[in-house]
Amino acid sequence: MQISLTVNGHDHTLDVPENTLLVDVIREHLKLTGTHVGCDTSQCGACTVHLDGRGVKSCTVLAAQVDGSNVTTIEGIGSTENLHPMQQAFRDCHALQCGFCTPGMIMSAIDLVENVGVQTNQEVREGLEGNICRCTGYHNIVQAVLQVARAGTDQTQEN
Amino acid sequence: MSEAVVQTGIGASVKRKEDLRFITGTGRYTDDFNVAGQKYAVFLRSPYARARIEDIDVSEAANVRGVCTVLTGQQMAEDGLGDIPCGWLVKQKDGSDMVSAPHPPLAATLVNYVGEPYGLVIADTLAAARQGAEAVLTDFAELDAVVDPAEATGSEQIHEGVSDNLAFDWELGERAATEAALASAAHVTRIDLVNNRLIPNAMEPRAALGSYDPGSGEHTLYTTSQNPHLARLVLSAFVQVAPEHKLRIIAPDVGGGFGSKIFIYAEETAVIWAARRTGMTIKWTADRSEAFLADAHGRDHVTHAELGMNEAGEFVALKVSTTANLGAYLSTFGSSVPTYLYGTLLAGQYRTPNIYVEVQGVYTNTAPVDAYRGAGRPEATYVVERVVEQAARELGRDPAELRRFNMITPDQFPYDTPVALTYDTGDYQVSLDRALAMIDYDGFPARREAAAAAGKRRGLGLSCYIEACGLAPSQLAIQLGAGVGLYESGEIRVNPTGNVTVFTGSHSHGQGHETTFAQIVSDRLGIPFDDVEVVHGDTGRVEFGLGTYGSRSLAVGGSALMGAADKLIAKGTKIAAHMLEADPAAVDFTDGSFVVRDSNQALTFGEVAFAAYVPTNYPTELEPGFSEKAFYDPENFTYPAGTHIAEIEIDEATGVIELVDFVAVDDFGHIINPMIVAGQVHGGLAQGVGQALLEHGIYDEYGQLITGSYMDYCMPRADDLPDFRVDTTVTPCTHNPLGVKGCGEAGAIGSPAAIMNAVADALGEAVAMPATSEKIWRVLQNRRTA
Repeated sequence: MQISLTVNGHDHTLDVPENTLLVDVIREHLKLTGTHVGCDTSQCGACTVHLDGRGVKSCTVLAAQVDGSNVTTIEGIGSTENLHPMQQAFRDCHALQCGFCTPGMIMSAIDLVENVGVQTNQEVREGLEGNICRCTGYHNIVQAVLQVARAGTDQTQEN
Repeated sequence: MSEAVVQTGIGASVKRKEDLRFITGTGRYTDDFNVAGQKYAVFLRSPYARARIEDIDVSEAANVRGVCTVLTGQQMAEDGLGDIPCGWLVKQKDGSDMVSAPHPPLAATLVNYVGEPYGLVIADTLAAARQGAEAVLTDFAELDAVVDPAEATGSEQIHEGVSDNLAFDWELGERAATEAALASAAHVTRIDLVNNRLIPNAMEPRAALGSYDPGSGEHTLYTTSQNPHLARLVLSAFVQVAPEHKLRIIAPDVGGGFGSKIFIYAEETAVIWAARRTGMTIKWTADRSEAFLADAHGRDHVTHAELGMNEAGEFVALKVSTTANLGAYLSTFGSSVPTYLYGTLLAGQYRTPNIYVEVQGVYTNTAPVDAYRGAGRPEATYVVERVVEQAARELGRDPAELRRFNMITPDQFPYDTPVALTYDTGDYQVSLDRALAMIDYDGFPARREAAAAAGKRRGLGLSCYIEACGLAPSQLAIQLGAGVGLYESGEIRVNPTGNVTVFTGSHSHGQGHETTFAQIVSDRLGIPFDDVEVVHGDTGRVEFGLGTYGSRSLAVGGSALMGAADKLIAKGTKIAAHMLEADPAAVDFTDGSFVVRDSNQALTFGEVAFAAYVPTNYPTELEPGFSEKAFYDPENFTYPAGTHIAEIEIDEATGVIELVDFVAVDDFGHIINPMIVAGQVHGGLAQGVGQALLEHGIYDEYGQLITGSYMDYCMPRADDLPDFRVDTTVTPCTHNPLGVKGCGEAGAIGSPAAIMNAVADALGEAVAMPATSEKIWRVLQNRRTA
């Protein structure tokens, strides 16, 4: 099956088996290994990416569904020289330890700020319900998301 | 000190070096490595808790397109691979050795827990390997399973030669004296406790990528390990996969461990064996379901405890009897966790003069049980702090005051406990007082009343914990049965341009060593923080090491780096003295410079480093080069301690518990990076809250794991937890050069008892962990219908 999609601003046309998941396109075909797989029941959120600007768990999406879509992964939101405000906030607030859930957590957090408009501690906690972190106890993640949310969404632009 | 050093040195909340790659998606975890032409492995796993393998028919699997080969435990046995050993030999009450059942990496004839691997399918693609695994037809003869640890000794024998399924019957302390003191006590509080089985669930599942180079004979294994050198030692010396000098183990970025990635597992062993046998590069990555089934689990104790007090309320004796579920096989440290890491901590923060503990370690047809964050110490704290709290309630004493009344006081250190440890220092009342002030202890009755008016039962619970970290003097540990030393190595290689590469034998999988260790070295050598690079997790780059567990990395590994730094300074002093034509005794090292005392003559660290590599004006008796290493073997454990207080509310109608407030005041000794320490506490607390309120690994009566996914096993989510309020007090460790104690496990050790004491306070009776809303609702409903 042939699909065409844009990932982090680059156009790709791929030939993949019909049962291929979006996360496999990202990790195995495009070798963008920043997106992680932490479970097999779509619970942990480590594979969260943006599909046409909205957060999705890429393990729940078939490659066939993203034909013609625009996908952004953790590699597409900023670089070490030019961090996205959410990446900066995660670093400022020590919102990561082992780093494995972090890409998915950051992608969900951006979605929460930009599309849901979270503003309070409780809203952030409920919004992150689909992303599991085993290291941080979420305390500093919540602080990081609030730092960006309260700074206003105007700084958090994606390509 | 210069301004830059102040901001990045010891005590500064430096932002982490490792963050930049993790937040940009450029971290490199084991599954992120790929080799052209690599094959994929999928393991054959037992669907039964206990069965005999009658026949394995691989003919259909071999015909699946893309399948390369199917390997079984029988072939591994034929290749002469050894068993996976248990790393700690515990002596029983009668002086005999524990009974360690053989643990082949891949089962050949008998399987003893659901998920136990007995073979693997290797294929060109993961999909083909999965399809091949499904096509393998294995004929099992199912046998009766032993699942409940409390009944294990009276059940069918699992392993040949292990009667009563008893691996060991162990004791510590004086039985007769303890029983006599209990018999004459004015009051005895008795308690029965279950420490619930937990499944560690590091977010990165275990993985391995193994390859073999026939030209050089080198084996390379990328794997998710907390201690790659220990893995190499065991795989070489015991399992005999490959000679140690031909085996390189690389643990790159590792996505959390919490103990579960310490151990030598079947899958990683089988991958490197299969790579050599087939000549293929083989990748295996566990899916989460496999992690649930085949990662070592934690806790799982059944305990009866009795605490005796005199008329005044002084603790006079504590007697503890525990059955510890070890699972189907003794995992790497499975025997030490419920013995030396548990029984030795039963004095807690108190002066109890008589303590006796006996532990029966039993085999069951469940996944092996081993160290999980805290490892024995959460179980000990749970016993001590639950029985003390209950004693206070039975005696009508304020729980905080009864604790304070019995605490070891600062003038009593060093303090010898009746259970083998010598606490070096501490000030338990200071952390208790701070925690009580933070929670507003005196204001609790008013908060309870206000909650009652809103249909909520509010409860408050304390836990004053102690732990033993920084494992520990090697000779003592080896006397007690440890199979390895417990020192750590550190090396500082100064490059000719003056920046340094630091090699540590400990391993970072979230703890931030690349930052804190750089802080230590930059502070000690007076060089910029950014001039220090920390390397870990590769047996090909780091000389030796014992990895990271037991909150040991800073206390032991950091101390080794201090030793290496001291050697560098000593050598640098000689070089500088020669260059400056001064007496070495008159040269001081301060702020990164070698200075001739009472003069303006000085050389920077960088100038001396350059001279060591370009030795034009150089002492003839000295070797060129500027690189030093040190091994540090601690004199004693370190003893972090503190007070945790939980406040919870129970909804009368639904039984739902809300953790309203949580305060943790911990004494970790000196702190290198307060930001990282607070983060470690938050994470530990979340796992403690998980144990107390949410998590439970449950097998049914047939030994099927019924909590085998995130839909069944309740992981703490962001909206299950409150903001944590944490603070620290400081009594520096007296016996390591940094005065540090370790902070990785305290949160998980102290918090479950605090929460469960709060639940008991609110409910008026105790329930077992996890205190789910269903359990609470049933208690309340039974009262309503009674």
